Amino acid sequence: MNKTRQLCTFILEGQTFGIHVDCVLEVIRSLPLTHVPLAPEAVCGLINLRGQIVTAIDLRRRLELGPPKDGKIARMNIIIRTSEGPLCFPIDEVGDVVDVEERLFEPVPETMTGTARKLIDSVCKLPGSLLLVLKGDFAELAGI
Amino acid sequence: MNELLNEFLVESYENMDQYEGSLIELEKDPTSKKLVSAIFRTLHTVKGTCGFLGLSRLEAIAHAGENLLSLVRDGVVSFNQAIASALLATGDAVRAILAQLEKTETEGDVDYSELVALLVSLQNPAAEGTSDVAESSKPSKVAPVEPKVTPTETKAAPAKAPVKVEPAAKAPATLANEPKPESKAVKAPVAATPATPATPAAKPQPTAPTAKPSEGDAPSASKASDSTVRVNVELLDRLMNLVGELVLTRNQIVQLTGSLESVPMQAACHRLNHITTELQDRMMKTRVQPIDALWSKLPRTVRDLAQLCGKQIRLETEGAETELDRTVIEAIKDPMTHLLRNSVDHGVESPEERKAAGKNPEGRILLRAFHAAGLVTIEIIDDGGGIKVDRVKARALERNLITPEKAATMSQQEVVNLIFQAGFSTAEKVSNISGRGVGMDVVKTQIEKIGGMVDMSTEVGKSTTCRIKIPLTLAIIPVVIVGCRGDRFAIPQTNLLEVIRLDKNLMVENVHETPVVRLRGNLLPIVFLDSVLAIKTGERHETQHLVVLQAGDRHFGLVVDTIHEAEEIVVKPLGRALTSVSCFAGATILGDGHVALILDIFGLGSRAAMFQSARTASTLEEEAKSQGTGTGTLLNELLVFHVGGIRAAMPLDMVSRLEEFGGEQIEEAAGRQVIQYGGSIMPLISLSRALGFDETKPTDGRVQTIVYARNGRAVGLVIDGVEEIVRGNIEVQPAGRRSGVLGSAVIGKQITELIDAQDLVRTHASDLFE
Repeated sequence: MNKTRQLCTFILEGQTFGIHVDCVLEVIRSLPLTHVPLAPEAVCGLINLRGQIVTAIDLRRRLELGPPKDGKIARMNIIIRTSEGPLCFPIDEVGDVVDVEERLFEPVPETMTGTARKLIDSVCKLPGSLLLVLKGDFAELAGI
Repeated sequence: MNELLNEFLVESYENMDQYEGSLIELEKDPTSKKLVSAIFRTLHTVKGTCGFLGLSRLEAIAHAGENLLSLVRDGVVSFNQAIASALLATGDAVRAILAQLEKTETEGDVDYSELVALLVSLQNPAAEGTSDVAESSKPSKVAPVEPKVTPTETKAAPAKAPVKVEPAAKAPATLANEPKPESKAVKAPVAATPATPATPAAKPQPTAPTAKPSEGDAPSASKASDSTVRVNVELLDRLMNLVGELVLTRNQIVQLTGSLESVPMQAACHRLNHITTELQDRMMKTRVQPIDALWSKLPRTVRDLAQLCGKQIRLETEGAETELDRTVIEAIKDPMTHLLRNSVDHGVESPEERKAAGKNPEGRILLRAFHAAGLVTIEIIDDGGGIKVDRVKARALERNLITPEKAATMSQQEVVNLIFQAGFSTAEKVSNISGRGVGMDVVKTQIEKIGGMVDMSTEVGKSTTCRIKIPLTLAIIPVVIVGCRGDRFAIPQTNLLEVIRLDKNLMVENVHETPVVRLRGNLLPIVFLDSVLAIKTGERHETQHLVVLQAGDRHFGLVVDTIHEAEEIVVKPLGRALTSVSCFAGATILGDGHVALILDIFGLGSRAAMFQSARTASTLEEEAKSQGTGTGTLLNELLVFHVGGIRAAMPLDMVSRLEEFGGEQIEEAAGRQVIQYGGSIMPLISLSRALGFDETKPTDGRVQTIVYARNGRAVGLVIDGVEEIVRGNIEVQPAGRRSGVLGSAVIGKQITELIDAQDLVRTHASDLFE
């Protein structure tokens, strides 16, 4: 049997992203977000995750996706585990957990530029679509 | 990290605390067999475990110390100060290696051979006399046994290093592999004997019987540990979080069931209420520690310092069991140590002076802690010469911290507390213990930061008491929730003085584009919360409120939209991603489950550029008060000059000289412009650049400077030209918005900026005036 990786997928601005399931703590419905004045650009606020205050990072901004086209707000949050504690990403939709064979992964194309390049670990060639796999690195994700 | 190693670290740190404590006690009672055995045992435990874990370097040190201790225990070598110092240094070395292990899981490549050699030489009773003299005459010699890094050699063969260091170290390394650990204690001294042939008494016979009780004691020690469990602090914090959430949920449920008729439901709710309250109460208790956790480390500090200053000091404690939150203990550690150092260095006199004053040559410092009025009071009392009020006053005048008029009316208590002002130090000699002119004000800031207070009182010739009052916990603080453009923020009550509604009677006015309000006849600078925090979304309310805040000595007003309720909140840290935002002290979860940010008043004030001239501004205020003129102040003689296109002035007593130099005389050194002046090098500060203007080039190539001297160092402030010297009453409007500017005044019908030379020099040439 071929070696596989388990990825949790989610959709942001029509694009499917994946992150290693081991990084994912939970996926929850959108919670009220407290805005933090003067915070770094990437931080979109704080949420109350059962008594724990978690910083929410605006992945759209980190990935330079631009503002949501139809003005809709993120409906789901994905909470991931990092070396510096949990982080929360507001996302449009959560996808499945998929098993992907190692051979389907490919490094990020050389021609890709911008901050997105630092965030994306590899590209996974799924039938019919490309899945961008995010790194689980705190500094890169939080943009500091 | 390896679990075994982790356990070893935790245990060894605890052992080393005990080791140090017992050693200090042993110094007081050198004949106590019990103490020697206890010390021997702790070091032996560390050494024993090292063997299992293959930590040869650590083992070598512990072994050398243990050998020396066994001789002391058997009465072959008598305990003296040199031995104590060497053994304490051993403790330091062990700690250093433990810290290294914690960080890198390796023992590091620090060379301790000097220490080991010292320990070995002390084992020799014949050499004892000479080494004793050498050590006690130069106590600092023991201290340098501090780590000496020799990376090149030891990196190549880290495992071999301890073997090279000292042949005796080889013995335990091999012995450690033996299955019977108890045989080690007996054999080790034997193995060490060849290394020190002059110690014939180090025979196995006396070692064997005394080694036994140490084995026998072990069960009783484990009994005590049966009733306690080591719990990770992180787990406790997490539990604390969950209990906090439970309390919130309980509140919601109690609210919901209040409207229900169901009796059993009501009863269940009551029970939930009680249980939750008690749970929260107990949970809080798990986070507290006796203050002894901090105090137990202090005898060592006092001992080392006292030796360094040639003083005899006994440290006593009272109320060591007083409980405080872990975080508070952590927060007062530095200020406490600093105050204690001060007591040792400046408080207690030398034995000769004490004898002359008819006191016991041995000084006494008492640490006392107790609960009072919901706060913890900690007192540091020394029976030294007290603070000389006249000298404090003279120094404060010299430093322009107070005016002569003010000085005349100050009470002794007020004068003594001047020592907490920035830039104050009466120590004639700068010692490396204290007296660098920073410190007491830092101590004050640190204590105030956690919502505490500090004050000093003294009885000349008899004693000095420093009293610190601090809250029990930092985790739960009383706050007032305020609203600003739809967002809610928490303001700690310790910083809050009063809340006032802004209306026709209290309006915002502008002083030179700085908003102020007239509050009971005084001008209070104000800050708009939304503009400081750059909040642009949301509506500003029509009616606004003014929250008067206090941060250190400085008062200012904060304009917010609404005032919600006062609450006790649980402080939660902000994540790493937000540590760069200095305006917030943390976050909390409100009753409705929403997150609210806690404002850090110091951070907020410095963001609003409130504190750049905090000290001078507060002095101005005090002067204004003492003269009853409201906002103005009297500055007797002023030198008026122009710089960067404006008119500026400076008190004449701050000016040492006025000098003119040719442009070609200016040289460069250490990255700044300097000039040769009076046989030494004087740095130049461009005043126009320091004040944020463009640098103006002198037209005639001549450079005009004001020489400002302090502590025997001089700085040249480059100005464009001198105008005049004015005398008389001058009304100063404190601006407090720009660094280096005291305020502005109308002098000779023209607006003139008053320069704060002290602050300027502190900002631009701080390295020169440390």
